[in-house]
Amino acid sequence: MSTETIVDSAAADSERTRPTPVLEVTDLTVTFRGFNNNPDVKAVRGVSYAVHRGEVLGIVGESGSGKSVSSMAAMGLLPDHAEITGSVRLHGEELLGKSDREMARKRGKVISMVFQDPLSGLTPVYTVGDQLAEAVMVHNPKGGKAKARARAVELLELVGIPNPAERYRSFPHEFSGGMRQRVMIAMAMANDPDVIICDEPTTALDVTIQAQILDLLRTAQRETGAAIVMITHDLGVVAGFVDRLLVMYAGRPVEIGSVDEIYYSSRMPYTMGLLGAVPRMDLEDQGALVPIKGNPPSLSALPPGCPFAPRCPLAQPECDDSEPDLLPVGSAVRTEDGRTRVRDDGEQRVACIRSGEIDANRWTAQDIYPVPEIPEAEAASARREDLPEVLRVRDLIKHHPLMKGSVFKRRVGTVYAVDGIDFDIREGETLALVGESGCGKSSTLMEVMGLEKPERGSIEVMGREVGSLSRSERFSLRRDMQIVFQDPMSSLDPRMTVFDIIAEPLRTHRVGAQAVTERVYELLRLVGLNTEHATRFPAEFSGGQRQRIGIARALALEPKLLVLDEPVSALDVSIQAGVVNLLEELQAKLGLAYLFVAHDLSVVRHIADRVAVMYLGKVVEIGATKAIYEHPSHPYTQALLSAIPVPDPERERSRTHIVLEGDLPSPANPPSGCSFRTRCQKFITLQESDQEQCMSAEPRILPTNGDDQASACHFAERQAGLV
Amino acid sequence: MGKFLARRLLNYVVLIFLATSFAYLLAATNLQPRVYFEQMQPPPPPEVVNSQLDTLNLNDQTPLAQRYATWISGVVTGDFGKNIQGGEVSGQMWMKAGVTLRLITVATILGSALGIAIGAYAAVRQYRAFDKAATGASFFVLSIPTVVIAIVIQVLAVAVNDGLGFTFLKYVGEYSAGFQGNWWETLVNRIHHAILPTLVLALALFAAFARYQRNMMLDVLGSDFVRTAMAKGLTRRRALFKHALRTALIPTITYFTFTFGALVSGATFTEKIYGWHGMGAWLIDSIARQDVHVVAAVSWFMAVTIMAASFLSDIIYAWLDPRVRV
Repeated sequence: MSTETIVDSAAADSERTRPTPVLEVTDLTVTFRGFNNNPDVKAVRGVSYAVHRGEVLGIVGESGSGKSVSSMAAMGLLPDHAEITGSVRLHGEELLGKSDREMARKRGKVISMVFQDPLSGLTPVYTVGDQLAEAVMVHNPKGGKAKARARAVELLELVGIPNPAERYRSFPHEFSGGMRQRVMIAMAMANDPDVIICDEPTTALDVTIQAQILDLLRTAQRETGAAIVMITHDLGVVAGFVDRLLVMYAGRPVEIGSVDEIYYSSRMPYTMGLLGAVPRMDLEDQGALVPIKGNPPSLSALPPGCPFAPRCPLAQPECDDSEPDLLPVGSAVRTEDGRTRVRDDGEQRVACIRSGEIDANRWTAQDIYPVPEIPEAEAASARREDLPEVLRVRDLIKHHPLMKGSVFKRRVGTVYAVDGIDFDIREGETLALVGESGCGKSSTLMEVMGLEKPERGSIEVMGREVGSLSRSERFSLRRDMQIVFQDPMSSLDPRMTVFDIIAEPLRTHRVGAQAVTERVYELLRLVGLNTEHATRFPAEFSGGQRQRIGIARALALEPKLLVLDEPVSALDVSIQAGVVNLLEELQAKLGLAYLFVAHDLSVVRHIADRVAVMYLGKVVEIGATKAIYEHPSHPYTQALLSAIPVPDPERERSRTHIVLEGDLPSPANPPSGCSFRTRCQKFITLQESDQEQCMSAEPRILPTNGDDQASACHFAERQAGLV
Repeated sequence: MGKFLARRLLNYVVLIFLATSFAYLLAATNLQPRVYFEQMQPPPPPEVVNSQLDTLNLNDQTPLAQRYATWISGVVTGDFGKNIQGGEVSGQMWMKAGVTLRLITVATILGSALGIAIGAYAAVRQYRAFDKAATGASFFVLSIPTVVIAIVIQVLAVAVNDGLGFTFLKYVGEYSAGFQGNWWETLVNRIHHAILPTLVLALALFAAFARYQRNMMLDVLGSDFVRTAMAKGLTRRRALFKHALRTALIPTITYFTFTFGALVSGATFTEKIYGWHGMGAWLIDSIARQDVHVVAAVSWFMAVTIMAASFLSDIIYAWLDPRVRV
């Protein structure tokens, strides 16, 4: 905590010894009035927190928990029809009730914000430099354009944009996502604000870019000395970054405390469940994840008592009586007039009537949540080489023609999306394809699922070469391989009932009506849904349930191979855990092989037997999960693993991250020799003659440890202790 | 970019050539100039008709290919042949084009500017009173054919004039017949005559533009970059004006150029009803007169305006939206 004193404008506040917080939110509520008889949505219901100079406060919560809305309210960015009560004080000055003109003078000057999606956050028709200069100009109109421009260039340099003077004139679409987020951060820093609110600043970015951005935010904080409010759903990101943490659920804070208190001695069942639900990359054998049953409540129809009670393993009848206040641990006594005005005074506080009990018994997530038993697959005992091959890909390539412009179309080159990859999957095994977006993971999947003759190389499914299949053979082979898509919201036809969705593959493959009905009900039970769900439409289900429907559809034809395209990346942590557990359970029960595409390396470690790391259309390292995570040998794998924050504050503080420079090169114009050399942390440490080799010769993928770990690096070296 | 535009321009030239040729062939095979002469009172002898038709290159006894060759070789040099009364088509065409352009330039600018402003503001005030009123008004106008609007306004003008007892609003002709005066008085007289037809055209355009702009604006209102602009310290009004409206204007501008191109021939009803001798009116009259060359010339002119509008919209789009530049 900062010890610097700030001129206390509200000096009357003598009860506290600490200086006035830079930003203090007290009892904030936000309600969106429903139009046309729709119920009101109570997005935020009594949030209080305080951030001091130089402090980083994390706000975590799942989607719909009100974490973004509460900060938008503080910024005065909510639409007019939002009803806001409570108080937001900036240096002791009340912000709520100020006019838009008055707020505009504060925004970007004293309090600024970095948003989640950098791709849509910049106006497409102005240059990034002009937009940055505008942020300077608007608070200092007399400073002149030339000065604002110079400051913008300086800011671009500060956030690590190469050739800032030249890039000033670039348009947003000419920047990658990571670079656009840098511009957004530059904008937030432009006027040396006292508070920077970061709303999921790294969620839309790849892990390597995430590491860069987190680094940059630390720099920004050092440069400006600002207080930071870090909003995120990722418990890994906040562990090493924040000082204190506020956990939100259904529009209310349910726990607040220092980061160590929350991670190591949480006294709120929701927080405990959330921590238990996160797959851990740093633990070898984590066991089944802790799923929190059910779904978050609707914010327009909340239960009367504790909103978490319906999902809580410790719920008692008293929990439904009234909502617990955010009180210091153990003090479950209620004040006489019902509600107390809760202030954030730095102490750990919990909104749970059983927090004292949890504290006394030192319960952990594993103690209070029922952890599902996942049966061991029988194939696990057999040697890998003896198992039959389900999928074998040899030297596969996929090149797309590159067209440019939307009005003026013309071909300007070739995108080397998949550029010669080999891998195989055996029965009952999970192979994960990992890598940054644009590395060719999805293109590989589409090639495999297409069952067409590839441009070069071969794909064998169940030992059969797909290029030589006839139409009817191809059709029947599709029974053996099915896909689950990333976005459960858009991959189910909204006009079909669940029954029809699951029955469709069966009907397509001419299964009798009676058998279809039986199979659909069997599948619903298998994926953990009720049979009465069959007549409903996808819109009536939550994300996790929809993904279960997608899995049931994929399983309908009893495939041997399931292709999973980022199946959990669109889901909240607590829901994700349930789906991951389901996938593991199904694999053990049905002996399925999975081809799992993911960018989340923590989930991959949890679920995969083998991992293939892709970079620019090539596999750079492949091998057993344990070997890869414990002894990665390719510099890219090492960097990837090191970039991922671990949800363990102490461990995270002691780790040093390898932060890769720059972005993924364009797959239309890959570097010569080793395609990774432009960003390689090892390349710069090599001697000139060795560098020559990296630049001229493309490394072949060779075994590195006698077992089946192989890596495509001239100077591969197995390294331990990166995670 | 230059190369691309040149290629596109060449494309347009070919298209214009084809469109005009087809229009000529269609007119030459379907219109009957001979009938026009035969119905004269008193009916001229057949030899006279034939020689008349021959001098005009309209004789249906001459093979079509030969007539077409004669006509097209004239067109290449800028000579669109003679109309059925023997006048030069080219000279007349530029005069008629001038009339139409004078009418529609003001109307499109006025109508679209009004439509954009009202549509954009209606989007900002979505579902509020202003939006409801603007939506009601535009749908009301959109559901009435232009003919009806033109006539209703004319009728109203007559009523107003009667009520006031003098000709406050002019509703016939481009200028007062036999008007003499210096250039300033001529200008005032012409503007006086232009008010009502311009209003009619602008009204119809306003409705379409208001709807279009409202939708475009709604698309960008909730977008992240508007929020970013506000977070920088811009007021809501300024963020909407500078960031949202500027982005939402891009598709509208393209729409605008096309509207302008299409209106050259699309203002026919208004021209006819208000007695303006423009392009559209000329086309209708010449069809009735079996005037092949005028029909072909008007078709050529329409093709040129549409292609020019399309070419212009390409350029403007690239200028406004950096994402499509190459």
